[in-house]
Amino acid sequence: MLQQLRQYFSVERLGRPVATAVPMLWLVLFFLVPFLIVLKISFSEVLMAMPPYAPMFEWSHDMLLAIKLHLANYHFLFTDPLYLDSFFYSIKVATVSTLVCLLLGYPMALAIARASATRRSVLLMLVILPFWTSFLLRIYAWIGLLKDDGLINNALLALHLIHSPLVMANTSFAVYIGIVYSYLPFMVLPLYANLEKHDSTLLEAAADLGAAPWKAFVRITFPLSIPGVVAGAMLVFIPAVGEYVIPTLLGSANQLMIGRVLSDEFFENRDWPVASAVAILILIVLLGPIVIFQRYRSRELGADA
Amino acid sequence: MTGRRAVLLPTILAFGFAFLYVPILTMVVYSFNASRLVTVWDSVHSPTLKWYGQLFQSGQIMDAAWLSLKIAVMNATGAVILGTMAGFALARFGRFRGRGLLGALTTAPLVLPEIITGLSLLLLFVALEQLIGWPAGRGVTTITIAHISFSLSYVAVIVQARLVGFDESLEEAALDLGARPATVFLRITLPLIAPALLSGWLLSFTLSWDDVVISQFVAGPGSSTLPMVIFSKVRLGVSPDVNALATLMVLLVAVGVVASALYLQSRERRLAREMRMALGA
Amino acid sequence: MPQSYLQLENVSKRFDDFVAVNNVSLSVERGEIFCLLGASGCGKTTLLRLLAGFEAPSSGRLLIDGQDLALIPPYRRPVNMMFQSYALFPHMSVERNVAFGLEQESLSSSEIKRRVGEILDIVKMRPYLKRKPHQLSGGQRQRVALARALVKRPKLLLLDEPLGALDRKLREHTQFELINIQQQLGVTFVVVTHDQEEAMTLATRIGVMDHGEIVQVGTPRQIYEFPQTRFVADFIGSVNLFEGNLVEDEPDFVRVQCPELPATVLIDHGISAPPNAPLWIAVRPEKINLSSVAQQHPDNWAHGVIREIAYLGDWSVFLVRLDSGREVRATVANNSRKPEEQFVRDSSVYLSWDASSPVVGSV
Repeated sequence: MLQQLRQYFSVERLGRPVATAVPMLWLVLFFLVPFLIVLKISFSEVLMAMPPYAPMFEWSHDMLLAIKLHLANYHFLFTDPLYLDSFFYSIKVATVSTLVCLLLGYPMALAIARASATRRSVLLMLVILPFWTSFLLRIYAWIGLLKDDGLINNALLALHLIHSPLVMANTSFAVYIGIVYSYLPFMVLPLYANLEKHDSTLLEAAADLGAAPWKAFVRITFPLSIPGVVAGAMLVFIPAVGEYVIPTLLGSANQLMIGRVLSDEFFENRDWPVASAVAILILIVLLGPIVIFQRYRSRELGADA
Repeated sequence: MTGRRAVLLPTILAFGFAFLYVPILTMVVYSFNASRLVTVWDSVHSPTLKWYGQLFQSGQIMDAAWLSLKIAVMNATGAVILGTMAGFALARFGRFRGRGLLGALTTAPLVLPEIITGLSLLLLFVALEQLIGWPAGRGVTTITIAHISFSLSYVAVIVQARLVGFDESLEEAALDLGARPATVFLRITLPLIAPALLSGWLLSFTLSWDDVVISQFVAGPGSSTLPMVIFSKVRLGVSPDVNALATLMVLLVAVGVVASALYLQSRERRLAREMRMALGA
Repeated sequence: MPQSYLQLENVSKRFDDFVAVNNVSLSVERGEIFCLLGASGCGKTTLLRLLAGFEAPSSGRLLIDGQDLALIPPYRRPVNMMFQSYALFPHMSVERNVAFGLEQESLSSSEIKRRVGEILDIVKMRPYLKRKPHQLSGGQRQRVALARALVKRPKLLLLDEPLGALDRKLREHTQFELINIQQQLGVTFVVVTHDQEEAMTLATRIGVMDHGEIVQVGTPRQIYEFPQTRFVADFIGSVNLFEGNLVEDEPDFVRVQCPELPATVLIDHGISAPPNAPLWIAVRPEKINLSSVAQQHPDNWAHGVIREIAYLGDWSVFLVRLDSGREVRATVANNSRKPEEQFVRDSSVYLSWDASSPVVGSV
């Protein structure tokens, strides 16, 4: 009897704690702790050493623990216009890109959701496919298209539509293009997932009750799709704010996004405390969108149950 | 639907797809261009395969590709193991202590900008090295750890979603028929969630194979991954052998993804149908 | 105390603050088909899961053949279950599904093959050996699920809403088939159902459950004709319930005065209650007679107006509003093909019943 008891509980007793503890430990060590380190360093003083920051906790001579909170880094961020400018620029770029993605992505998602079942899977695959191909190379392709002597300018010149090349490379315009291009699938997919679940009899009922198609869209389809809109918008906005590769390859050197500023502070200036402070500020800005996205996601997972 | 809308939606869809695919196609076409000026088509000597030849002779690119491949495989495997555990814990273990923390930690990597993840991991590795001497320097190990840390979240989400739709009475039935918990897991649960694990593996592989931002932070000298090499090349300007590389990668991914997606889709659909029908719903 | 085959002693199961099963004691004999009947959420499924071993009781004991089940995990219990969803493994054929349980015992493959064939013959599913569950109809899946649970030769077979997923026609047929198979194999069945018709047809005895407790145990006839509580009377079949007070109490009859009825109710059996005690009485619709002329008898009648008539083929249901305003249901068998012309909507009607018909109990 005791033997049986032991056998029954051994797998359960061992399996669960192991399956919980291993990923938990991993994530605490490689996600939570690093974040705390960033937080700590953001309050440290920069030093010419390796690592280039002063310790926060120090034992003073009389065995007192001295904690030095060095707020200068944050103060610096708010006084040097470079940081605030690039912060606002990043938020503007992310907002505009999100809106453009929505304007382009919503009709696409709707068209896919309303296509026949066989076509739908092909169309969906076409949306997902770019996501699997190298992000970097897809951005790189735009350099060749947008350059002064790039394909678009060559084509327009050849057609005599313009007389001198348009300056598109290394501008904000190019950054918008790059971000919309890269994140469009992230907008389409959650929107599609939402729209696909809509009961088509709702629209039939609306039509039956005398609503014209556009009115049925405004009153029925769109309100029901708001969770999908929110999810898609967050999936574009959040990474766009911290985007680094796209502005580096396509953007202008005069107007930097905050991700680039962080990287420059870290790699070029070796000012780890300021880089950390920038990271913390980005997080604070993104906290709202992240919470919204989280709430949406947990509801989606719950709704499936 | 009115006629107007019946035209409008497909038009925008077509435009969207053109927007997504034309840049990729230009890369493919120009990879066969003989001219060193990437955007000028040299109709006399094209098409040519010379950039492909150059690509395979470049030791730097070949080494980086091999390194990326190794890291991607290790990452995908590690992420599937850890992510499956996390997915199970979140979907199945009810309200245990620390569930909230685990849930938050598995979603954090999905919503944090890469640049912050990269910075924080590097700072951790530096601090650890100071503290316990491990990891000694940065390279393959640190890149792999960093990649697993964010890939496992994606796997956890996929597995969790799969388990939420999983009828637990199947496992109870197996227990009831005399199968021990380990047997139940191997013979019932695992086969039924296998498609989710495969998608998770492929996704993790791609995330790692593609990553440049995080790798840049946690890589050391002599451990440049393929995206890092491409990034530094591209920052200096357009180069025709990158076109050739891009074409190869697009081709590889297209074939691989389409094939596995078709396989997964048919399998997934069959399983979903079987599950639905077998449960009499 | 003589040991029954299956014995539950003061079994309770609490989930946090919720008591799903409350102090249930029960005994089931070998070879019985015992039905746990109750509305959803009454605790019957939890009781079944306690027997299967998916839940552990908070207190109390479960014994089969004198063996305490407490420390035996589900995969070692001599108990098998047929799930409400059937829970057939979608990735395995019929044969593999049925063989699964035997493969967990160390049997030779030829022995497994023989027993799988044998049981599939009994449920008439042998021709579908290689099919996957999704290629079967609902009724076929039900039979595979039954075969899979029976092939282990359990001491006890648990059936969770065994016919719930089948349509009405198939249900009736399957009920009798289930009884046949049970008698052929002599396995003891415990069935959980919310469908009283199913319970009535299948069961040798029924246990009616309410709020985690067993409120009455008896044969289908006892449960229907002699409900011991108002809940059981109301739950099983349809019934007209009245409240009243005891006015006359003799050893072989009682008289009850109900405010909603014009005459006293005479019941031909005694009851142990103090004089003037508040009581409930229940009269089944089919035990009420309709007549257009007044009754001579001083007891057991009422007068009203017909509000609704529903013709159901074999039966007609009349909804009568009494002079007191109370609505009463009466059913009349349609024995002849001539319409009963005197009973039309809004016509006046007298109701009456035998002294043996009402059931009485204290409130």
